[in-house]
Amino acid sequence: MSIWQYANPKKFMVLSTGVLPWAAGLTVILLVVGLVWGFFFTPDDYKQGSTVKIIYLHVPSAMMAINTWVMMLATSLIWIVRRHHVSALAAKAAAPVGLTFTLIALATGALWGQPMWGTWWAWDPRLTSFLILTLFYFGYMALWAAIEDPDTAADLTSILCLVGSVFALLSRYAVNFWNQGLHQGATLSLDKEENISDVFWVPLLVCIAGFVLLFVTMVLLRTRTEIRARRLKALLARERVA
Amino acid sequence: MKALLLRDLALAFRSGGGFGLGLAFFFLLSVLVPLGVGPEGGTLGRIAPGILWVGALLACLLSLDRIFALDFEDGSLDLLATAPIPLEAVVAIKALAHWLVTGLPLTLIAPGLGVFLNLPPGGHQWLVLSLLLGTPALSVIGAFGAALTVGLRRGGLLLSLLVLPLYVPTLIFGGEVVRRGAEGMALGTPLALLAAISLGAAALLPFAAASAIRVNLR
Repeated sequence: MSIWQYANPKKFMVLSTGVLPWAAGLTVILLVVGLVWGFFFTPDDYKQGSTVKIIYLHVPSAMMAINTWVMMLATSLIWIVRRHHVSALAAKAAAPVGLTFTLIALATGALWGQPMWGTWWAWDPRLTSFLILTLFYFGYMALWAAIEDPDTAADLTSILCLVGSVFALLSRYAVNFWNQGLHQGATLSLDKEENISDVFWVPLLVCIAGFVLLFVTMVLLRTRTEIRARRLKALLARERVA
Repeated sequence: MKALLLRDLALAFRSGGGFGLGLAFFFLLSVLVPLGVGPEGGTLGRIAPGILWVGALLACLLSLDRIFALDFEDGSLDLLATAPIPLEAVVAIKALAHWLVTGLPLTLIAPGLGVFLNLPPGGHQWLVLSLLLGTPALSVIGAFGAALTVGLRRGGLLLSLLVLPLYVPTLIFGGEVVRRGAEGMALGTPLALLAAISLGAAALLPFAAASAIRVNLR
């Protein structure tokens, strides 16, 4: 028994068939509970009023935007080293999901920034690095779309993902050169006694868990679609030969 | 390797080789920006470092797809890939040739254009130094992007999309060096980081680019 047996598309399909309904169901429950709790049953912040409630969308999507790229980096590495097709397809499937999270984070951030900072957009280090992350996602997806041969596409996008990760990190620290900016520093961390007041913290945790499961569901679903599309292409090719 | 460098340089300098295209673009940009922004010296001087760096970057971008595309089309890239020198060295040489044809001339004419843009006098030496240290990174990163897209028929737009985010750190540090130099502030840190990006990119990216070319030639 090892994790690598799920590199076999058939085993992966069987496993994901079992996991998918649970993941999807839990996602719905967690998101509904977290968002309803956050939006309607938490007090307003004494300074920010009810705008603080956008945190339940903004923070989880921003976290997942970065985590998706990390997952793509891992699956790209696995593809390059061990050449498991499921891994490459999972990276391909994750990119649009990550891009959507990035755009949600940017949009909710703009909606939050307008009443709080008085501006939709500022060239603040965090905002800028998210914009650059968006560009990376677009470039990655465009490269996948531009190349016809699937193995070539998987190879080249993996190389791009590896190199891009290094440059994304560089950009993240390069933009710090300007100034601290409007965005607050990191608030949530694991080693602090209390990050934010528990009234906000617990529903936020539920939302974060919901977003993680949403990501798992979407990526599983999209990877299954990719595998089926690949099988369909193989079937058609076989039919044409026969 | 020397022969390859000389060949690439000769191809670039001959008519239709694309030499001068980037330079002309850089020149036009520096002339058009004051016309568009207005002749007020203070404003121009403040945006000059950024405009000059952005101009140099875009001028570099303009000629990137020529690095491998022509050799790929006529098949000489296949010959180079099977040649006794490693493909990584071929990439490095081609990036060097690209830099000699675009980056170096850009660096040399930049101070003149700095006068157009009313760059404060203290900034000129730092402009030259930062471009000298930073444009090699632009060429090497560009060669990587060109290697990724060499097999595509219309890869030009995709190449820009792929390369642009990779150029961000270089642009930020380069612009920062000139801005600080023009204002007379300490600039050791961004200058060192700019040099680090160039050296790091020149050391590592040829490997990534060579593996991309191998995939594309498969």
